[in-house]
Amino acid sequence: MVSLPDGRLSLGTGRLLAAGSSGPSPLWYTARATGVVALVLLTVTVALGVAGTARVSTDLLPGIVRSGLHRNTSLLAVAFIAVHVLSSVLDPYAGIKLTAAVVPFSSAYRPIWLGLGAIAFDMLLALLFTSLVRSRLSYRAWHAVHWLGYACWPVALWHGLGTGTDSRLSWLLLLDAACALVVGAAVAWRLNLTVHRLTGHSVPGRSLAAGSFAGYGRVRAAGLAGVAAFLLATIVFVTTGPLQPGWARRAGTPASMLHSAHPASNAFAGRTGAGR
Amino acid sequence: MSPAHARDEYRGDQDPDDRDPDDRRRRTGAGVTPRLTMDWQRADRAATLREHSARFGPLRANAARRGNRDLLDQIAAAGLTGRGGASFPTAKKMRAVAAGRGPAVVVANGMESEPASEKDQALLARAPHLVLDGISVAATAVGAAEAHLCLSRTRGWLVDSVLAAIAEREQAGADRIGVAVHELPHHYVSSEETALVHWLNGGEAKPTSTPPRPFERGVGKRPTLVDNVETLAHVALIARYGAAWFREAGTGGGAGTMLTTVAGAVSRPGVYEVEAGTSVGDVLELAGLRERSEAVLIGGYFGTWHDLEVIADLPFTAAGLRPAGGSPGAGVLFALPAGTCGLAEAARIMRYLASQGAQQCGPCIFGLPAIADDLAQLAAGRPEGDPLSRMQRRFGVISGRGACRHPDGAVRMAASAIRTFGADAHAHARRRPCLAAHRGRQQTALLPVPRPFAEGDWR
Amino acid sequence: MKLNLQIDPIACTGHGLCADLLPELIELDEWGYPIIGGAVPPDLAAHARRAVNACPALALRLVRTPDQLAARHALAASETRGG
Repeated sequence: MVSLPDGRLSLGTGRLLAAGSSGPSPLWYTARATGVVALVLLTVTVALGVAGTARVSTDLLPGIVRSGLHRNTSLLAVAFIAVHVLSSVLDPYAGIKLTAAVVPFSSAYRPIWLGLGAIAFDMLLALLFTSLVRSRLSYRAWHAVHWLGYACWPVALWHGLGTGTDSRLSWLLLLDAACALVVGAAVAWRLNLTVHRLTGHSVPGRSLAAGSFAGYGRVRAAGLAGVAAFLLATIVFVTTGPLQPGWARRAGTPASMLHSAHPASNAFAGRTGAGR
Repeated sequence: MSPAHARDEYRGDQDPDDRDPDDRRRRTGAGVTPRLTMDWQRADRAATLREHSARFGPLRANAARRGNRDLLDQIAAAGLTGRGGASFPTAKKMRAVAAGRGPAVVVANGMESEPASEKDQALLARAPHLVLDGISVAATAVGAAEAHLCLSRTRGWLVDSVLAAIAEREQAGADRIGVAVHELPHHYVSSEETALVHWLNGGEAKPTSTPPRPFERGVGKRPTLVDNVETLAHVALIARYGAAWFREAGTGGGAGTMLTTVAGAVSRPGVYEVEAGTSVGDVLELAGLRERSEAVLIGGYFGTWHDLEVIADLPFTAAGLRPAGGSPGAGVLFALPAGTCGLAEAARIMRYLASQGAQQCGPCIFGLPAIADDLAQLAAGRPEGDPLSRMQRRFGVISGRGACRHPDGAVRMAASAIRTFGADAHAHARRRPCLAAHRGRQQTALLPVPRPFAEGDWR
Repeated sequence: MKLNLQIDPIACTGHGLCADLLPELIELDEWGYPIIGGAVPPDLAAHARRAVNACPALALRLVRTPDQLAARHALAASETRGG
């Protein structure tokens, strides 16, 4: 562990960088990779969560297995995000401080897009904490916080698209699109579940005719419209943002990093054919 | 509903000998015993405070002479049991509340959401000061600093009448603590004690999960005594005259008097005050039972159906009816007119009860309508599959699995109907319903079944 | 001193996970709501605890003092409906 002049800590990989290749550090790659895996895990978590509300229980996927999987994928996602955060912070290149992981918009590197990550991370911490102390909370309190799961996912997606160095990779774009479609479908499924007329609880699986209290039709329509709008907005964002040349600068990458010999800021740019 | 209705329903002033001369099954025995109902026939309005004091004597002096413990001992010695449906020993409940921490709360339950019952309305309309005295005495007995009276929102006339009585008392300085009158939503389960407490605490008038029960933690988290208004009226008289006086009335194991609503195949339906322990048959005779009635619904819509022959000689008390699987409940006696289909009546009541749950607990939400469907099929003589065995199976799994006793009461009523009208049930199940069932569809309903609320408000 | 499972009937919305984890003691009625079959014997205590933790609605509870329960139930019979 080395202490750099400006007070940042470094694992000393900077020296490795200097001594070794001129490419990005293993930490930077770790950060990017764990981010992608975390997004996939969060996608599965959301899908399993909705499956829980829908009381899915089959021979292949009994209820307790489904419930346990939901819990485990969420914990695994948190683990991957912990590594994601740590490796981003420890990597000397972008100079991201640890506080930027929880205080939104406080980093020097792409503050808005990283800030979204901090917001998603904060929400995830709230979800994690309330679920761990669940038996000590009232059900209503726990459930109220759990709604943040639906908010956390789109924020995490846009964080990845905006901050991510790999946003232009076609396979990653495809993966992002697949995940977005899965979550969109899950939310649509959730909106279509019967809500018991008077209890407000979703009823055991028998009849899944859509929503049955007055006004639910409007809630459902608004929700579906919201999902469609979000997907559309994401497509617009990606095509006008990360896929355009000069995105790194527009996203807030500090000038000192933009035209450096270090190709980390526009890794693989040459490969996709998008110039600087 | 106007006070005139309250007048018409009270019949206790009729001379027992002045009965239908064709009545050949005259029984000897108890007649009406006017204690709570003293002088009700004199006027068609509530007794004023002055009339009340003249009639019963002052309360203040008596209550002041007795300390908390003395009052409780008197009530215990009197053997007073709750008149709201469960017949629980009143002193025991009061002692439990008195033993709680901090100042207690008294809640008088005047909701009477049992459609077939009219006694509480009659009592509040004619003798509100008895109830208000009772609240005052109970508050002293349990150490309460706060008192509430819960009435149904649909009986504005009654609320006004009670408020007038309270105003009289305020002017005369009759009470140590004031009574707050509340108008609650009129649902069947809203009169349950945890529902009252929940509403008073700012929630909906729906039963809540227990523990804790109101006697431990109720209104404002304080030990709360919830008592039926008739129970409190008896308390008011025990405080004046003592336990020995209370027990002077009563026969066959019963103590004191009780109010009962008699309806159906009787010539003089209404509210009667009889000695506790009077036989079911004698009470029906008082109201002029018409001869060909064969079955009776005892207790209320959550009560039980019985063959009249089997039940007639049993005392109308909790202990007396227990061997037959019955209970006085809310003090309702409904004699089924001959030529009426008991199954059809039971099916109508079941449909009503199924719609009246608070919709909080699965077994009640789904189980009661399922049984109501089965019973309706049976009543119409159009069974799908085997409704009898379906029902028997369902009876076994629904009781005790809700937050309140609403599903238990409904199941008990339905099961007793199958038992009592067993022969009919089997005939109906073989697609041979009685003529009465056919006719019943055009006939106006015999038992009052209020229109079930749709998405009624519970607050 | 026996262990007993208790269901909060208002919180329970019939997810049925408890019956999956403890079929010896919990079965579901025709509408998917649980019925408790009896007290929890010591060898099933761990499974019972797992079932309690698995309930999504936190409607299942493990209670250790049947004596207090019995006293409560006696007074519970005092529940009045007001008539």
